[in-house]
Amino acid sequence: MMTYLVRRTLYSILVLAGINLVTFFLFFSVNTPDDMARLQLGGKRVAQEAVERWKAERGYDQPLYFNAQAAGVGKLTQTVFFESSAKLLRLDFGKTNENRNIGWELGNRIGPTLALAIPILLISVTLSIILGLGLVFYRHTVLDTWGVVVLVGLMSTSSLFFIIMGQYLFAKLMVITPVSGFSPPPGMFKFLLLPVLVSVIAHLGPDTRLYRTLFLEELGKDYVRTARAKGVSEWAVLGRHVLRNSLIPIITSIGLLLPALLAGSILLETFFGIPGLGTFAVDGITSQDFSIVRAMVFFGSFLYVITYLLTDFAYAWSDPRVRLK
Amino acid sequence: MKIVVLWTDWVVLLVLLGTLTYGWKVMRQPHLAVTWRKAFNTATGTSAATVLAVFLVIGLLDSLHYRPAIAGKADAYATETRSVLDDILHQQQTGRERSYSAPLAYQGYEKEATVIDGQATRAYLRLQHGGAHLDQPEQQWAADVLLRTVAGVGLGLLLAAAATALVVLLLARKRRQGLGMAWRSLRRGQVGFPLRAVLLTLTVLAVLAGVMTMLATAYHVLGTDRVGNDLLYVVLKSIRTALVIGTMSTLVTMPIAVGLGICAGYLRGWVDEAIQYVYTVINSIPYVLLIAAVVLILMVFIDNHPDLFPTSAERTDARLFFLCIILGMTSWTELCRLIRGEVIKLREAEYIQAAQAFGVGTWRILSVHLLPNVMHLILISMVINFSGLVLAEAVLSYVGIGVDPSMQSFGTLINTARLELSREPTIWWTLATAFTFMFSLVLSANLFSDAIRDAFDPRATHK
Amino acid sequence: MLQLDQLRTEIHSSQGIVVAVDGVSLAIQPGETFALVGESGSGKSVTALSISRLLPDNACIAAGDVRLDDASLADLPESEMRAYRGGRIAMIFQEPATSLNAVMSVGRQLVEAITTHTELRGAAARAKAVDWLKRVGIAEPERRIDSYPFQLSGGQKQRVMIAMALATEPALLIADEPTTALDVTVQKQILDLLLDLQRERGMAMLLITHDLGVVSQVADRVGIMYAGELVELGSKAAFFSKPLHPYATRLLGALPDVDKRGHLLEAIAGSVPPLYQAFDGCRFAPRCYSATARCRGEIPPMYEMGGGHGVRCFAYAPEAAVPLVLPPLRDIGAGRAAKQLGDKALLTVENLRVRFPIRSGLLQRVSGHVDAVHEVSFSLRPGETLALVGESGSGKTTTGKAILQLLRGTAVVDGQAMLGDIDLMRAGKAELKRARRQMQIIFQDPFGSLNPRMRVGEILAEGIQSLRPELDLAERRRRVDALLEQVSLPQSALTRFPHEFSGGQRQRIAIARALAVEPSLIVCDEPTSALDVSVQAQILNLLKELQQQLGVAYLFITHNIGVVEYLADRIAVMQAGRIVETGESASLLTAPQHAYTRTLLAAVPRVVVGEVDAEVLLPA
Repeated sequence: MMTYLVRRTLYSILVLAGINLVTFFLFFSVNTPDDMARLQLGGKRVAQEAVERWKAERGYDQPLYFNAQAAGVGKLTQTVFFESSAKLLRLDFGKTNENRNIGWELGNRIGPTLALAIPILLISVTLSIILGLGLVFYRHTVLDTWGVVVLVGLMSTSSLFFIIMGQYLFAKLMVITPVSGFSPPPGMFKFLLLPVLVSVIAHLGPDTRLYRTLFLEELGKDYVRTARAKGVSEWAVLGRHVLRNSLIPIITSIGLLLPALLAGSILLETFFGIPGLGTFAVDGITSQDFSIVRAMVFFGSFLYVITYLLTDFAYAWSDPRVRLK
Repeated sequence: MKIVVLWTDWVVLLVLLGTLTYGWKVMRQPHLAVTWRKAFNTATGTSAATVLAVFLVIGLLDSLHYRPAIAGKADAYATETRSVLDDILHQQQTGRERSYSAPLAYQGYEKEATVIDGQATRAYLRLQHGGAHLDQPEQQWAADVLLRTVAGVGLGLLLAAAATALVVLLLARKRRQGLGMAWRSLRRGQVGFPLRAVLLTLTVLAVLAGVMTMLATAYHVLGTDRVGNDLLYVVLKSIRTALVIGTMSTLVTMPIAVGLGICAGYLRGWVDEAIQYVYTVINSIPYVLLIAAVVLILMVFIDNHPDLFPTSAERTDARLFFLCIILGMTSWTELCRLIRGEVIKLREAEYIQAAQAFGVGTWRILSVHLLPNVMHLILISMVINFSGLVLAEAVLSYVGIGVDPSMQSFGTLINTARLELSREPTIWWTLATAFTFMFSLVLSANLFSDAIRDAFDPRATHK
Repeated sequence: MLQLDQLRTEIHSSQGIVVAVDGVSLAIQPGETFALVGESGSGKSVTALSISRLLPDNACIAAGDVRLDDASLADLPESEMRAYRGGRIAMIFQEPATSLNAVMSVGRQLVEAITTHTELRGAAARAKAVDWLKRVGIAEPERRIDSYPFQLSGGQKQRVMIAMALATEPALLIADEPTTALDVTVQKQILDLLLDLQRERGMAMLLITHDLGVVSQVADRVGIMYAGELVELGSKAAFFSKPLHPYATRLLGALPDVDKRGHLLEAIAGSVPPLYQAFDGCRFAPRCYSATARCRGEIPPMYEMGGGHGVRCFAYAPEAAVPLVLPPLRDIGAGRAAKQLGDKALLTVENLRVRFPIRSGLLQRVSGHVDAVHEVSFSLRPGETLALVGESGSGKTTTGKAILQLLRGTAVVDGQAMLGDIDLMRAGKAELKRARRQMQIIFQDPFGSLNPRMRVGEILAEGIQSLRPELDLAERRRRVDALLEQVSLPQSALTRFPHEFSGGQRQRIAIARALAVEPSLIVCDEPTSALDVSVQAQILNLLKELQQQLGVAYLFITHNIGVVEYLADRIAVMQAGRIVETGESASLLTAPQHAYTRTLLAAVPRVVVGEVDAEVLLPA
């Protein structure tokens, strides 16, 4: 198993390198550093010296990928690509257009984002599994039929509606929770309550339906028949055999869920005014700050790669066929 | 009149043509025909398909663009590009109010400054178009609305009855039965195809459409927005945007995903490694951020190259076009992974080995033996993706990286609705309208995709 | 002890209600082994599942009763039924690989069964589990108890299944095809184990199987099922000495073995009728030579023939019995019976060695090879049938594919293979094309070997198109038409798709496809092992006739000794990638030299016909 894990880790590093190349290409080749400088310095009538100065400040005055004028290794190292990649590897993300340190911002903002994302992930997965098992237990009954109808209904509703209606009902009409805002713990709880609730409801539809499908698929397998032939009760069949075997696809599906979670956190954070990574990214987008967006793309990918890696580890742990190899 | 075909119109027309060709092919291939019949054999599936078809027709009408001729001048056309839908909804498009008005209202929603009897004061003013035909709205309004509703219901029922009669007639001719007999078997659902469900859905739709039409000639059925636009018009225009995004993004996805997936699965070795690496990398970049980055970069690109996009309409359309491409580029990985997995299984299939034993070339094995056998995956992922993309458009437009803000879409609609909800008094109808239309579109797409998945993937047991 | 009374089980399918089991009545005594025999779709497994009420969600017992001692199982509430399941009635299934929970250790699965039905808990339950593992013959049970199923071999898994079933000391064991997925030597061990344990415990056993050989070895009484009905019921001795029902006699006639070499097998034309219809007459009538108007218009009852021997056929009616008409015996043709074998070898294989790369380590480098085939040498003359016999994993299929050059790129193949003057291993593209015209392959799975998206006409034409591009469209069509004739399929098949055909018909299409390029050698890779006995007979007959007509040689890969005895001229026995013995069929079968060959032949369950009524089986 160690070999498997080490291999996955090495592969993740390779993937990060690929991401770096893709993002660099996107940000530096579609629009040249000159274009960027003009955009930042304002309009088309900027003196060429100003552009050169802006580029020099950021180290963008070298060739992009290959420096023909440098000697030896310098042909590759004295380039914008190498310089900026090296910086990213040191987690040095540079500065925003307003001269704030992006790395510092990221460090401050990851806390609120995780405080939001982790409860959502844990609660929605647990709840969906329980509901999925329940529906499967009552399969071929009215309860299951209507349960699925409700789930499809939930699935077909945009998460925007859940957020808007949640804010309207809980914050505006009932005044149970604040509409938006954030404070560090211990006051954090009341601000997180509504976004977590809204997000869990939004995830309930697709997740529960997926798990129900997975469970039903497992139920048709031979080993379930063996368990029933032993006289094991239906709940034990579901809890001990079906759930345990479904863990592998469930873990995979959580891996696939993460992108939705991050997209969701951007929405949630902006709607609820939580100073996390999502709001930072939206700030970067609205102010057209390429440094922020680029840093966010890389940092977001970095988080993804790490969580995918964790998924791999969980997968290896949950499947004895991998664990004992 | 001069016909205009925008980029996205081309796509819509191509999709239509593609669907028709595929339908023709299905008719000729019994196994495909059987599977499709299975998909349409459930009441939910066909009802959903019926609703979807109505949305499609609206989207299609909105994709036939032209520039009207300027009266009295030969070879001179208006600068404004109109669609057939605009003509149908001419009254809604032009009947603009000053500001908000509630559904079916005859006066404004908020008090406005005006002069009554020479005194400046604030009062609820009559709308310019909504209920303008009433002399004494306070007394006449309720009766008028009721009358129109009843008339609309009648009209709808009449249409539905006509459709039913036609179906009964055709059924009777096909089965060589009497009309009464055909009607009875239709009513009992004994015609081997859920015609009853389709007719029921059509009836509901016809009644709704009838009522809408009768009321829309005199009122703003769904109210108006901040600048007085009729919401019915806005929301019907949004349908095309949703459809274009939903279909086009998958179309962009398909060739890449299918080509790479089949190659990776069949050729294995370094080709497989390389393709896997590429999609792991793409998959590891959060798609919202990737889309944001690309949209941002594109906006700068468009700004820097004004010569390529001369008019604002072309810019708006180009933005939609590129948004679709980016959405497609970021979502091909899932389908690619699926196809690769399936092809790895299929390449061990004995019919592939039999083909190899005949010395059949790699290209022919890929295209003749493998491609048709993964088509069902492509189809399933296409219909499943559709609803996801419609939902994603709303989210992206909200974050400001979706379609151009001037373009009607569900995302922009919800975006405005959100601010209106926190006003006093609350403007609820924008959200309600957006919700109803979007929900019915996505719900019917979801139900239809379920039916297709059930029919094409016998292993799926999620019903 | 167990009594089925007019059991009727319905399955709700998309085609309507399928009556999978219809009016089955039988009784099993304590200590007795009752074998329920039938081809696929006969309803034998559904009967077994009905007894323990483990039917899938869309099926239910519609009428009749299942009585175990005094309890009526069909009416018990689910919670009480659970005490019977595993407690009084235990089950083992066909596929040991999937029947065990892959992510639970075998110990936990065993303990689960024990704690569900006994008072034992914790260490005591575990001790009992270890004890049972020892009793079913698992070595080192203390260590093996913590193994996961993937760490055990197929036979060991089935032993665990048996331990799990018997650990609660049930009164009745239902074994649903318990050895079908196992190799013949393992099958013997498992059957012996089951019989030993049954004798020791005095337990009743209901054995569900399609293999008449197994029945003949282990059963006390036999029930034959056809299309959901029990058509014959009797003691083993009575049944095998004089089977009564026309279906049963013809089923025995369809079994290939050494005695039938000169004749064509008794193939039962047609197929089992679909069960979603209502029957007005005998279900076997459409396929029966004796069928009369009465058989088609009236449903035959079960006639008691004395000694508990019952048969559902009007031929045995006390009054106005339908006369039995015996099927015509078909000779292969006296004049052509002596095969004309060429002197010059068609195919010579020398020192064939196939190795599959193992990838391991961080970079998934090729770190070694696993040898699938070692130093295999043999030769094959034109018109000859060489059987390559072996158990699973012996490398026989790999050998076939290596010769056909289907492993290029996936495995390392050494050695020499000459097809006529073509050196297969070193053949370039053009030479290989020339070779492919001379050798073709027929696969095992008739459902997997035809592209479901292609019409039969396209499937047949593809090979001609690829290997004989010089033929024009008209010539191609003419050939395809001739091919269909050769395998006795109607012309209308051309425009239809594979899924519209039955398993046997598909195998005919696969044979036609192989014949399309007029090869002189066909590699038959287990071509009949996925088919029922009666259909297998059709295909074997066809292969034999084609060889007579065309002089094509077969490299016949199989694990079925009966088929080998019937068909092969020469036999090569493979074990663990090596050929351990080669010889003429007659001498090798009667006087095997190698120890493994002897074990293999001894393990084959044979139908012991007893005093066969020669007129029934082999009418003059």
